[in-house]
Amino acid sequence: MTAELGHFALILALFMAIAQATIPLIGAERGNAAWIAVARPTAILQFLLVVLAFACLTHVYLTSDFTVLNVIKNSHTDKPLLYKISGVWGNHEGSLLLWVLILSLFGAAVAVFGGNLPPALKARVLSVQAMIAVGFYLFMLLTSNPFERVFPPPMNGQGLNPLLQDPGLAFHPPMLYLGYVGFSMAFSFAIAALIEGRVDAAWARWVRPWTLAAWCFLTAGIGLGSWWAYYELGWGGWWYWDPVENASFMPWLAGTALLHSATVVEKRDTLKGWTVLLAIITFSLSLLGTFLVRSGVLTSVHAFATDPARGVFILALLIVVIGGSLALFAWRGPKLTSTGLFQPVSREGALLFNNLVMTTAAAAVLLGTLYPLLLDALGGGKVSVGPPFFNAVFIPIMIPMIAAMAVGPFLNWKRSDVLPALLRLRLAFGAALIAGGLAYTAYMDGPVLGIIALALAVWLGLGALTELATRVRLFQEPLADSLSRLFRLPRASWGMTLGHFGLAVAIAGMAGAGAWTVESIQVMKPGDKVAVGGYEFVFDGAEKGKGPNYSLVSGRFSVSRGGDTVVVLEAEKRVYNVSQQPTTEAGIHTTWRGDLYAVIGDPEGNAGAYVTRLYFNPLVVWMWVGILVMVFGGALSLTDRRHRVGAPHRRRAAAAAAEA
Amino acid sequence: MKRKHKRLTFVMIALLLLGTAAALILTAFEDNIVFFYSPTELAEKNPGPAQRLRIGGLVEDGSVEKPGGGVVAFTITDTAKTIDVRFKGILPDLFREGQGVVAEGHLRGGVFQADEVLAKHDENYMPPEVAEAIKKSGQWKKMGDAQENPK
Repeated sequence: MTAELGHFALILALFMAIAQATIPLIGAERGNAAWIAVARPTAILQFLLVVLAFACLTHVYLTSDFTVLNVIKNSHTDKPLLYKISGVWGNHEGSLLLWVLILSLFGAAVAVFGGNLPPALKARVLSVQAMIAVGFYLFMLLTSNPFERVFPPPMNGQGLNPLLQDPGLAFHPPMLYLGYVGFSMAFSFAIAALIEGRVDAAWARWVRPWTLAAWCFLTAGIGLGSWWAYYELGWGGWWYWDPVENASFMPWLAGTALLHSATVVEKRDTLKGWTVLLAIITFSLSLLGTFLVRSGVLTSVHAFATDPARGVFILALLIVVIGGSLALFAWRGPKLTSTGLFQPVSREGALLFNNLVMTTAAAAVLLGTLYPLLLDALGGGKVSVGPPFFNAVFIPIMIPMIAAMAVGPFLNWKRSDVLPALLRLRLAFGAALIAGGLAYTAYMDGPVLGIIALALAVWLGLGALTELATRVRLFQEPLADSLSRLFRLPRASWGMTLGHFGLAVAIAGMAGAGAWTVESIQVMKPGDKVAVGGYEFVFDGAEKGKGPNYSLVSGRFSVSRGGDTVVVLEAEKRVYNVSQQPTTEAGIHTTWRGDLYAVIGDPEGNAGAYVTRLYFNPLVVWMWVGILVMVFGGALSLTDRRHRVGAPHRRRAAAAAAEA
Repeated sequence: MKRKHKRLTFVMIALLLLGTAAALILTAFEDNIVFFYSPTELAEKNPGPAQRLRIGGLVEDGSVEKPGGGVVAFTITDTAKTIDVRFKGILPDLFREGQGVVAEGHLRGGVFQADEVLAKHDENYMPPEVAEAIKKSGQWKKMGDAQENPK
């Protein structure tokens, strides 16, 4: 029954979405208030129906109802509770249901909290949201029904891929989707603005927090995915420029650009057309990302669907959404006129420079990701484009932007001078030179890009701190005054400082782990020693054991440095009972200097020897910390009063009070 | 600066960026694109030892050997032709006889020296390249069943 109820709720949600997509839109066109008012109840009802459908799917997972095909394929009675729940979205159909759940949640949020939006704008935004939803409902109901039944039911399920049975990965898809779908808000607002032919500061005040929230989730989602790959796949790496990683990274690049250009629209009433275009591009890349990953075009762990009917539907949906919105932009975009003028050297100019670099980088990643597909479709043979390509293209493109990023916040709006900004940054510049020089002398033969990246990390990190110090007039006023200024800083400016500073920390981590990782692969007998990155790894032998739903081999490594014991690492190789699939659990010891990382492979011979892989990954933890700081900065900025509902009034009142 | 000039500045910066990106992409493509061959194609094209390439197919049953020193030797087949592969290191968790596999490396003296072996993260999953390589060789029979049931 539960499955049918969920299926039925999904069908009702489709009809609700169709009503929401059409009636308010026509109402807004004709100025009919009653038709406009339809938007709110339909959005809320649609959300409740999807919640019901999602609850039904979760219920059949929790009760291990093996009459439902989806449960058979992705669950098993032995599975721990957390993974029964995460199994709901750990598959193609369930992940789509999660997608529409989040989409309708955001729609309902606009319906409920959008009281201060002009009614016509709100109606149009909700209509566009519902149009996207209609596409997804149709896709699910026609090609990917999560509630499909099987008769006769099997005794037990096939289990969830053991690699996915991991807390990091249980929350990776929801985070990523909150990011992808969050950008749908910016998209809906952009399309609504194009229909109205008007973009103003109030529009930007709505778009920016949504974009910021989406950006935070996407950043966290990408970080989680990368972290999972690092500790679970046992390759010692954290980013492979795999197409599925690129699929989430492209919207991140475009979304970061959107975040910055929306600020310009809000504060300076310019770059409107560009911002609308960016919103369209960002969401298009999110859609492309969702489908690239799910469609089975790409060889990957994420590719669930290999049904040609799905592929065709996906392609059609992409063409309608992306092609339609770009055509609308070409037609209506020129109507969006900007009033704020600015010189190339100004805050606006710096933000625009950021935008240009980010979009160029996103385009380069897109090209590298799609090139194998295009070449194959044109009969040019099968190729793969791997990390060497992306590193050679992406890193050089980003260097000028990171360099400019420290300077940008010092520039004034409208027109500014570079020289005073550079003078303020002389300390950061000196420190960056010293850091680069030290890295160069320490690693004469190391990659040049690594040294440049380390110097840039110092430059950007200190640049962000210098900007903060300038803002609170550190050393120019008594310390107490500076401190009280520090606490009164708007949270949005804290957000920027933390965002930039976090990126600097993350870049240091990426540079260290990317350029100076030491890897050593060998066969080790118990008692064998191997020196890796200044540490000595001694293999103490391996033991067999059992876990809740797997059997394991656990290898012990005693690691010492200069004779002092540092840590004993335990590296496991597990074989899961249901699927007989092995997984690698690397032994990792994290320090600020870097991670010690050990992996045990297959036994070799009968003397207790194993193939082992040992790494020293310098500074890797800085990357995770940096990403956390960025997400925290974004979240902090979201709590700024001016983003709160109705905040414009209150802020004006506060400003008036401050002047008096 | 006039409005027109201002706009021109940004257009110039954008063009400069795109030009740099295009130059970077073209040079990187030249050096870093890796072609994929099935064992049959490998036999036909016989690429030199300098060319980096990917090969794919099924790991032939009973072909996996461990001559020692952490080296693994096995045979990849597309059911028409086969190629011997040598690899030093830890095989991916899903590497198994009879399963689809992709190896990256160089062809030296008739043996494929792999420095990377990828078996994808799912026991039912077959890399599309491998599926196609087997299809091309005209041996696509019960493989289709495995394909129908992907996770």
